[in-house]
Amino acid sequence: MKSADPAGADVVLSARRISKSFSGVQVLFSVDFELRRGEVHALMGENGAGKSTLVKILSGFEQPTSGEILLDGAPVKLPANGAAEALGIVIIHQEFNLAEHLTVAESLFLGREVTRFGVLDRRFMRAETRRVLDMLGSEVDENALIGSLAVADKQMVEIAKAISRDARVVIMDEPTAVLSREETRVLFDQVRKLRAAGTSFIFVSHKLDEVMELTDRVTVLRDGQWVKTARTEVLDGESIAQLMVGRELSSLYPAKHEPDIDENILLSVRSVSTGFVKEASFEIRRGEIIGFSGLIGSGRTELMEAVVGLRPRLSGHVAVRGQELPSGDVHAAIRAGLAYMTKDRKQKGLLLGEGMTANLTLQSLARHSRRGYLDPASEAAAMDRARRRFDIRVRDNAVAVGRMSGGNQQKLLLAKVMETEPQIIIIDEPTRGIDVGTKQQIYHFISALAREGRAIVVVSSEMPEVIGLCTRVAVMREGRIAGILEGSEINEHEIMRYAAGLKSKAA
Amino acid sequence: MTANDDNSALARPRRSFRDVDLRAVAPFAALILLLIVGALVNPSFIGLNNLENVATRSAFIAIIAVGATFVISSGDLDLSVGSMVAFVASLMILFMNSGAIANPALMLVAAALLAVGVGALCGLANGLITTLGRIEPFIVTLGTMGIFRGLTTWLSQGGAITLRQPELQAMYRPVYFGSFLGVPIPIIVIFVVAAIAAFVLYRTRYGRHVVAVGSSRDVARYSGIHVNRVRTIAFVIQGLCVAIAVLLYVPRLGSTSATTGILWELQAITAVVVGGTALKGGSGRIWGSICGAFILELVGNIMLLSNFISEYLIGTIQGSIIIIAMLVQRSLVRKS
Repeated sequence: MKSADPAGADVVLSARRISKSFSGVQVLFSVDFELRRGEVHALMGENGAGKSTLVKILSGFEQPTSGEILLDGAPVKLPANGAAEALGIVIIHQEFNLAEHLTVAESLFLGREVTRFGVLDRRFMRAETRRVLDMLGSEVDENALIGSLAVADKQMVEIAKAISRDARVVIMDEPTAVLSREETRVLFDQVRKLRAAGTSFIFVSHKLDEVMELTDRVTVLRDGQWVKTARTEVLDGESIAQLMVGRELSSLYPAKHEPDIDENILLSVRSVSTGFVKEASFEIRRGEIIGFSGLIGSGRTELMEAVVGLRPRLSGHVAVRGQELPSGDVHAAIRAGLAYMTKDRKQKGLLLGEGMTANLTLQSLARHSRRGYLDPASEAAAMDRARRRFDIRVRDNAVAVGRMSGGNQQKLLLAKVMETEPQIIIIDEPTRGIDVGTKQQIYHFISALAREGRAIVVVSSEMPEVIGLCTRVAVMREGRIAGILEGSEINEHEIMRYAAGLKSKAA
Repeated sequence: MTANDDNSALARPRRSFRDVDLRAVAPFAALILLLIVGALVNPSFIGLNNLENVATRSAFIAIIAVGATFVISSGDLDLSVGSMVAFVASLMILFMNSGAIANPALMLVAAALLAVGVGALCGLANGLITTLGRIEPFIVTLGTMGIFRGLTTWLSQGGAITLRQPELQAMYRPVYFGSFLGVPIPIIVIFVVAAIAAFVLYRTRYGRHVVAVGSSRDVARYSGIHVNRVRTIAFVIQGLCVAIAVLLYVPRLGSTSATTGILWELQAITAVVVGGTALKGGSGRIWGSICGAFILELVGNIMLLSNFISEYLIGTIQGSIIIIAMLVQRSLVRKS
């Protein structure tokens, strides 16, 4: 990090050599960070670079495994669960932390209501709310219910809440993701005003242009490591993108096999729209692996769920081998040989309280039914096959799935999906939260499945993954496919430019 | 896979065995404990005669609890079973009193079919309103509980509905009071119903789907299971079990009134919970539910024989049992 800063005395909040592990997986490696009084400091990095974890540690929602937090130069242990607000550190989450049934004024004073003689002083609280909202230039009615507000107004209420608590440090996690251009401008004006008054901001964002416009300094994280802290004016969008991704691919990935150009098209998706996804089209050939990249919330999962019928599509067509699939009918998709593997293995993929076999065969029980009743021997045989094929390593077959390691769970989930013998497999985040050895295995399984003549869609927020596995990569941005990249276009730099909106082309 | 992983794998099986065993064994251990307590309180308690009586009287709750095991395993709840018993039984007696069919044997068969049909329809109504209406089953069945109860009161005009044909009565009586190879028929019915139910729950696709839906609606949906269909069928199974209980209940007294089956939902749900089925869904234990029903009846029996506690407090005791059972379940879960 930079040597003794002349303005060092003016550092409000800093992190020294912070490391953090979640159940054995290290996500932050000795990261340094400092926030000065009256600055807007951007925190940038790819999905999974450790931004959110760092921000949670800086606001007390997580405790570091090692390292220390300094507030006004003195080491502190930040209290958990938002109690750090009392110290003037306020975090505005991506998902708002507002109760829908309260009014704006009630929300502002939630947990620190003002009373007179034990009775709520509602008039004072309303007036105070009005004062703060006026200061922010917001038209929001202090008596309105939170539930009736537009998303941007909720954002404003969160900011008002932060200000009314005399926040000295405001952490904003992707605050503009839900705002229009005009609302973003108003928000930025307020941030500048507060900055002039001495409030410090940590601004987590993927949007390079906004970072250039608003922030004073930028810190870039990559793979949980601190990469660089620099004044924003000496950087530009390109150099930040470079800092975020600069890393080379290892031999983690199997050799790519490009499918023949005249291979049959197994899946064709034309102009599919849902609430958020608009006009998405792509097709995939036998033996091909296509990647879907993009920022979190860019609509990839929603598109895939619409394709397999887990959610209805508003318009558009999905066809398997030329055979049209009805909208919102997951059974038809399974029958047609189209399977979806969820990214949320704990909530949507596996029954954590059950054993492996019950999970493995859940989707394919018909195979093990004999005159209406289940044949345990046939299920056990399937389990044996799956264990061998996907190298699931568990001592005891009867162990509850919730007690297995993430890697074994992921292999079991893949095995479960493969039990339906699909020809087209959509794999959402194939390696989320698993160790690198298992990752490599899963990449090889995916590659082998493609070589057997299946078509595979890999949705992933980890760029190296789509680059290492796929012969074509679709990049999604704000519900649309911003472009489908091929050949030499498939590199982190190019993908990042599409994902961040610096570039796009008609699909 | 590191050494660390291997270690935890070693430690895992032992821990999981212990808690699985505890939860499955607990209700039976409680049953044995109660038998010992009962024997100490009153020596005549442990006699075969008394125990046979207790088992026979537990038949209604045991059979209803089998249905409740399905509903609860699939993550729902049915509060309407007590009222449903009264409603189905009233319709059945009214039908038999109507004399629509002259031949008493035929009449009995028709009445039984009617009861089964009405029970299934009542369950279907609960299921469809819950799933299609997307309303909490707690609210839906609270509503139908009032509806069934009200209909019964209206059918009986506030009084009792009594089976009038002596010939039918005589023919029907053995279904409750008779025995086969020395075993009272209600006890046989309990075991047949439970055996079929256990087979369905543990050895069929449908049973597996019930458990999946109960442990996670999302996982079930993402696995291509028709979640609403599974839930609705569980309610229908509950209705069928209520109807079977009615078939045993009617010959016992030959009469129903507006107070028939009051608090039976409490007893049935208590039996299921005592039996080790998780109230939040996901793990069904048919034999545990049967054991739970025995336990409830035994507690009542001990109270009768002991003179320590007024038998009028039976509802209070049963209410306490369900709360204690939940606390025990919770503590067993926490250990794992």
